[in-house]
Amino acid sequence: MTDLQTFQPVLLEAVGVEQGHSLESYRSRGGYAPLEKLLAEKQPPEVVEMVKSSGLRGRGGAGFMTGLKWTFLPKDHPGPIYLCVNADESEPGTFNNRILMEDDPHQILEGTIISAYATRASTAYIYLRYEYPQSWKSLQAAIDEAYAAGYLGQNIKGSGFSLDIYLHRGAAAYICGEETGLIESLEGKRAWPRIKPPFPAIEGAFRKPTVVNNIETMACVAQIARRGVDWFRSIGVPADPNNPRDPGSYGPKLYCLSGHVEKPGCYEAPLGITARELIDGFGGGVWKGLRAKAVIPGGISMGLLSEAELDTPLDFAGPGKAGCLGLGTAAVVVIDETVSIVDFLHNSCRFFAHESCGQCTPCREGTSWSLRMLERIRAGKGRLKDLELLAEIGNTMGMMPGSTICGLADGAAWPIKNAIAKFRDEFEEYIKQSNPTGYMETDPVPALPILSAH
Amino acid sequence: MIAQRKVLTDEMVAKIEALMPRYPTKQALTLPALHIVHDELRQVPLDAVIEIAHLLDLAPAEVQDTLTFYQFFHQEKPHGKVRAFVCRSISCALRGGEQVLDHLCTKAGIKPGETTPDGSLTVEPAECLGACDFAPCMLAGDDLHKDLTPEKADQFLNAVRGGAS
Repeated sequence: MTDLQTFQPVLLEAVGVEQGHSLESYRSRGGYAPLEKLLAEKQPPEVVEMVKSSGLRGRGGAGFMTGLKWTFLPKDHPGPIYLCVNADESEPGTFNNRILMEDDPHQILEGTIISAYATRASTAYIYLRYEYPQSWKSLQAAIDEAYAAGYLGQNIKGSGFSLDIYLHRGAAAYICGEETGLIESLEGKRAWPRIKPPFPAIEGAFRKPTVVNNIETMACVAQIARRGVDWFRSIGVPADPNNPRDPGSYGPKLYCLSGHVEKPGCYEAPLGITARELIDGFGGGVWKGLRAKAVIPGGISMGLLSEAELDTPLDFAGPGKAGCLGLGTAAVVVIDETVSIVDFLHNSCRFFAHESCGQCTPCREGTSWSLRMLERIRAGKGRLKDLELLAEIGNTMGMMPGSTICGLADGAAWPIKNAIAKFRDEFEEYIKQSNPTGYMETDPVPALPILSAH
Repeated sequence: MIAQRKVLTDEMVAKIEALMPRYPTKQALTLPALHIVHDELRQVPLDAVIEIAHLLDLAPAEVQDTLTFYQFFHQEKPHGKVRAFVCRSISCALRGGEQVLDHLCTKAGIKPGETTPDGSLTVEPAECLGACDFAPCMLAGDDLHKDLTPEKADQFLNAVRGGAS
């Protein structure tokens, strides 16, 4: 376990540096030298092995082993192989990719070039969400600089390796963050996630082998190349020796802290910092001297930690032990004690009803009906039975119960499940007070139209 | 090839064609093409969809299918000269995002999603804009408006109206 006092941020080292986004600044901090060394000295399988042995897990949400993902690509494939960098950061509460792209785009590019070399990809697409115009400008400027300096294009630094990186602009759809939704969108179609298998490593973009990695993962690859596997593994939480399925949580992580804290922001810390350490140590505590009622551990789809669970370590395994879906994007959102949990859940359900792509019935209907029920509860027509119905929706939609193609539905279900399990008293009290004559009704009632959603 | 294009200008077509070497299929140009037209016209009318389809060797229905999936593209009517997305997701909602959205719409005399009669402004609710460190926030054109208050929303509205007159 890394000591927080001595921990030095590396992913965010350019933040606050004048012209930190420029090629000159990135080089002066040691950037691109590791790439040149690696191209000269290592074969692609050795780079894969380096990332695999670092224990790096994908930073986009699912936490899959990055090096292992690369090994799923077919050997001796004639090509082309594609690398898609996922910059469709849309999980509510998450903004670390934006900060990396705006403040240190060359770190992303170096990681992308190394990853493309390892996976033998000759084209990389950075799928960037529409909402990040500054990131677009910053990345495009960096790509232009990198071409001019010979880090992109044909025969990079005489290595024989060639790579083109293209920016591809999204159109404001959360589902494009799902890797096969991203691929469909890149291909020019509606972003309906694909049934897996085949996984993208076998048949991805344009029906060719494809790797999809997150922006922060690319930054981590650049840092592993620069500082080494041992450095990376010295940070974070080692694998649990009693659990053969736990690959550990190594490396630095960008935590996005927002909501009711004094100092919202993106903070770099070793994986495994607790939610309380993050909120008090980095965020200046809950705002206005209030107490937290609940905290989202890693983007809204991960569910809720209660105040009593704030000492949960935010590594890949931690939030799951407290009943949450996982670490997700490590976006920590603090909800103070004055907020109604009904309002929180309404906001969550509205988001997922709006963003469900509509392909799988349990998700399309489940997200829509859970929002309608929350509308009804907030209109003073809630019934205790609604809590059972909501819990039933929460338990039946998703990949885990096996009813949907992608994990968006699990992400929609978890806030519902956690909120009802952890704050049931508050829901019951709200329903009884707001509907004193009807809260015991169990007969079917008409749904309320969705007034506040567009 | 169609004899005469009604909506797509030569410039737009040149921009789209310049991107073709980047992708192994023409269909992959659907979103870039829609953006190029939308950036220019603030809408992608049906005629443009047909012309894009011709350019990319697709059926118009394929382009229209993609267009309508993303609620981003306006089709029937162009959005206002300024298009403002006000975030309503959790981090912004906790810090007053919905009140700012209501305030802005009330002052502009429109409902969320609508355009002012003078065509100067469209206000749309948005899901997380990825700027939760500056909640509540709004994206108007390429400008991110941070730590919004009703007063800042008023100033924004005045600037938009000033620019439109």
